[in-house]
Amino acid sequence: MLRRMLALVAALAPLVAGYPARAFSLSEIAPGVYAHQGETSLMTRENMGDIANLGAIVGDEAVAVIDTGGSLIEGRAFLAALREKTQKPIRYVINTHAHPDHTFGNGAFVETGATFVGHKNLPRALAARGPHYLSAFRAQMGDALDGVTIVPPTKTVDQTLTLDLGHREIVLQAWRTAHSECDLTILDPKSGVLFSGDLLFLQHVPVVDGSLLGFLDVADRLAAIKATQVVAGHGPVPAPWPKALEDQRAYLMRLTTDLRAAIKKGEGVAAAAKTAGTEEREKWRLFDDYNARNATAGFAELEWEGP
Amino acid sequence: MNTAARSAAGALFALLATAALAQTAPDPWPELVVDIFHSRPIAAADGVVTLDAPARAEDAAIVPMTMRFADPTQIKVATLVIDQNPMPMAAAFTLGDKSAVGFIETRVRVNSYSNVHAVAETSDGKLRADAKFVKASGGCSAPAVKDQDEAVANIGKMKYREFKSADPAKREAQIMIRHPNASGMQMDPVSRAYLPAHFIDQVEVFQGETPIFKMEGGISLSEDPTFRFTYAPNGAKTIRVEAHDNKGGVYKGQWPIGEAS
Repeated sequence: MLRRMLALVAALAPLVAGYPARAFSLSEIAPGVYAHQGETSLMTRENMGDIANLGAIVGDEAVAVIDTGGSLIEGRAFLAALREKTQKPIRYVINTHAHPDHTFGNGAFVETGATFVGHKNLPRALAARGPHYLSAFRAQMGDALDGVTIVPPTKTVDQTLTLDLGHREIVLQAWRTAHSECDLTILDPKSGVLFSGDLLFLQHVPVVDGSLLGFLDVADRLAAIKATQVVAGHGPVPAPWPKALEDQRAYLMRLTTDLRAAIKKGEGVAAAAKTAGTEEREKWRLFDDYNARNATAGFAELEWEGP
Repeated sequence: MNTAARSAAGALFALLATAALAQTAPDPWPELVVDIFHSRPIAAADGVVTLDAPARAEDAAIVPMTMRFADPTQIKVATLVIDQNPMPMAAAFTLGDKSAVGFIETRVRVNSYSNVHAVAETSDGKLRADAKFVKASGGCSAPAVKDQDEAVANIGKMKYREFKSADPAKREAQIMIRHPNASGMQMDPVSRAYLPAHFIDQVEVFQGETPIFKMEGGISLSEDPTFRFTYAPNGAKTIRVEAHDNKGGVYKGQWPIGEAS
């Protein structure tokens, strides 16, 4: 009870000058494995970018943090909540990919001395997109973006990398271009928990910012990972593995099938983007925010299929 | 073209000032008229040229734009300008004398909320413009290359498609060119050097030896530049494409003109 009250106090303390903090929930989903569920929403000033799922894995000696949230404010709230759970040193901060809702909180962890870890393409993706993200989200989030900096990884993963947290070895795996060009998953064999990053969306419509066909392929290969539950990039945590992959697969297949038919008929990209995948609308949240975008990028990709 | 140098110089400023621009962007159009059109008077479109643009950029890196011409025989040059982009002049199409291009559809990057202008020069030498306002994409969409390794590995590959034209006197075709069309200006995290821009700056499309159009463009065109258009056939048996990029790359393609698929 006292611990819980302390956590509340920590979360409510002003974390960024002139900006109120928000309560931050962090639950233990397996012994030594923590997860935070973000809102299923776009990043706004009101939610301070808190839309992605985040996590932490605690070994005998050290902690690995998985993604840091969509603002410095959220990153600091996450760190404060984590410090209520464990005082062990944070040895690693792992980013599952480059998107702002997963990386904008990195700055909060710089002073912990942690090593930042990501996919081999993550530094390049942050360099190419970081400046755009900072200006685009300033318009969307206003002063909730204050203090956000782009913090690239200093340790990168080519294929797989095992990190030792003290009697707890976690396995990082880098994937071909799928949701993005720098997707990384984290498996904790001890608990059977998989952190999928945005290679898995639940309830929140999947977002394709890399390759539609790559996403389908990688998601199918993920199913072979020996885990029992998953922390998706977005949506309820935890979820049963690998059953949690099913809805996303149906959406990506529907979109692919519709786009191939539109291309075959000779439709243009603008027309196809209005209709492809729309049978799935009722099954997903934020559908109208992302489906036409997925369809547009998917069209440009699938157009190259065939002779 | 002086515009390119000027725009490149402006790009760095634009990059630094984007945050400010996102809030209270001044209208860059008057200055663009000076830079790109040498201050020539530009009249309202009056139906001569029509720009089809989405109200919102769904994917910032791939925003479809179509310029349509009421009387194709009267259009000499059609220019597409994304006002708020770091390099606003996306593409200028010089149309072949007898090609009678009815429309040109391409895809561009849209960095932020922006007006987009389609400017047509008619055979009497006058300029007319249609404009649409395009809202920036939301979420994590960025006007960046999707998969840089893939883009570089496939550079120069081309694809040609034909479509049934709504107008029986015309043919409808699409030319697609694999190219990262990269804006550069981002820092290589390993070498700490700024990556140079690498983009298609010219595409010529011919039926037989007769030009259908010549496109001069820059980094506002999407990766894998694509052009879909109608034209009046002259009986030639082949479509031929020659594309150049700013680093001296030359990419060529040729296909038999077949039955519309």
